[in-house]
Amino acid sequence: MRRLGLVALVLAALFPFYWAIVASLTPEAVLFARPSLWPSALTLEHWRALFGERAFWLPIRNSLVVAGATTLLCVSIGTLAAYALARLEFRGRGAILGFILAVTMFPQISIVSPLYLLLRELRLIDTYPGLVLPYITFAMPLTVWLLVGFFRQLPRDLEEAALVDGATRWQTFTRIVLPLAAPGLATTAILTFIYCWNEFLFALSFTLGPERQTVPVAIALFRGQYQVPWGQILAATVVATLPVAALVLVFQRRIVQGLTAGAVKG
Amino acid sequence: MTDRRLAWLFVLPAVGLVALVAIFPLGWTLWESLHLHDLRMPWRGRPFVGLENYLELLGDPRFRDAMLHTLLFAAVSVSLELALGLAVALGLDRAFRGRGIVRAAVLLPWAIPTVVAALLWRFMFESQAGIVNAALVSTGVVEEPVVWFVRAATAWVPVVLADVWKATPFVALLLLAGLQGIDRSLYEAAAVDGASRWWQLRHVTLPLLKPTILVALVFRTLDAFRVFDLIYVMTGGGPGTSTEPIALYTFDALLQNLRFGYGAALSVVVFLVTFTLALIYIRWLGAGESR
Repeated sequence: MRRLGLVALVLAALFPFYWAIVASLTPEAVLFARPSLWPSALTLEHWRALFGERAFWLPIRNSLVVAGATTLLCVSIGTLAAYALARLEFRGRGAILGFILAVTMFPQISIVSPLYLLLRELRLIDTYPGLVLPYITFAMPLTVWLLVGFFRQLPRDLEEAALVDGATRWQTFTRIVLPLAAPGLATTAILTFIYCWNEFLFALSFTLGPERQTVPVAIALFRGQYQVPWGQILAATVVATLPVAALVLVFQRRIVQGLTAGAVKG
Repeated sequence: MTDRRLAWLFVLPAVGLVALVAIFPLGWTLWESLHLHDLRMPWRGRPFVGLENYLELLGDPRFRDAMLHTLLFAAVSVSLELALGLAVALGLDRAFRGRGIVRAAVLLPWAIPTVVAALLWRFMFESQAGIVNAALVSTGVVEEPVVWFVRAATAWVPVVLADVWKATPFVALLLLAGLQGIDRSLYEAAAVDGASRWWQLRHVTLPLLKPTILVALVFRTLDAFRVFDLIYVMTGGGPGTSTEPIALYTFDALLQNLRFGYGAALSVVVFLVTFTLALIYIRWLGAGESR
């Protein structure tokens, strides 16, 4: 009974992906003709079109650049802030923590139009910095919040021993805390990357064409000449899923840890 | 350098950046919502009109409908996700062979872009010959294929299903983490006293899991209230505006109709509702930390 439930669960989770892979290999003509669980005829036409005339490597490049840059920026700056918030005593700490948590729940739609006007003023519409800057609004609070959780879990003894031995705070931070926190930093980076890779509203609002569109925007705006090009769309969804699927397979334990660490009271 | 100075030095870049890109625009939105600013009528300028945009909002049927759609969507999808998520969490709360595989499989829908989830589900429900219709007709559930996206009542089905498919893993993993924090000896004691599994669930598991359930509830409600990507891709708010959520209406007012003042007022409403929910959540979490 339980085993049956688990099999059903895995099937329900994975079937849409399987179906997308099958459809991306099915000729356009029979795509809606007679659906069958096993493909009757196979073709690579959709995949060829996707990377040929669609130039889908462009949005992939854009997504990698934007998500990568945002993650790098937020993790490096966020680590400093998170360490101070987790370990150093200072007035306003609680307020700043509350502020960070509140911003993680910010509705993007509430700031999309001023950001648009701001980016236009700075001539950053349809540029990489024009996406990285808005992405900070959700990526930075996320990294700081996750990292505060990780730093709090580290044992204090080593740091205190180093301080007693005459090391400065900065030395303690770079030589002892950072190496210890490396797994937490990696988890945070992975989660931040996934959130940036998936973002849609800002990328839709602040890009103008294929030169700078990210993967989700490019897929959502796919148009055919006469009808919806489902074969190509589904091939593209498979491509968009691959990097995330790889991260999930390799780092699932850590991802779950990071996801639940901030949310479950201990 | 004292710890206090160092702390501010460490915190300032991150907080400063967030303030610049999030708080400053939010203030701008608030200010804008008090003006008449319509880019389709540039000759009217940008006069201060006080609360006029908010008054218009009260009498706007499309706003009222969008609010209703959003609340309905949130209520239905979040309750389904909590119920299913609890079932999945209970099923996974034991060591068994292949647990890693199950967890990775379940995590995948959560990790992919919402746009991708929306397209996968739209494709399954698309056209009279899509896989869902084929399955329903061949099993005799319906006689004629259903054209899902032409009526609001049927268009909501794939939308809610896609959301449940994508978000249940998150709820399940959250609840699973909560379950694993429950002291096993409580179950053993209950079993010794002859308590049934059902009794244990109702009198041990659920009460102890309540804080985690509340966190999952608020988290998911926040997300559901902000729903945009999913509906933008699946129905575009249609047919007509019959599945339009508040975020999509706001987007439309701002970037399609260029009514910046009115759109800003809508944005403020979305923000206020979200903020209230967030405050509740932060208070719960704060209460947990001080224990």
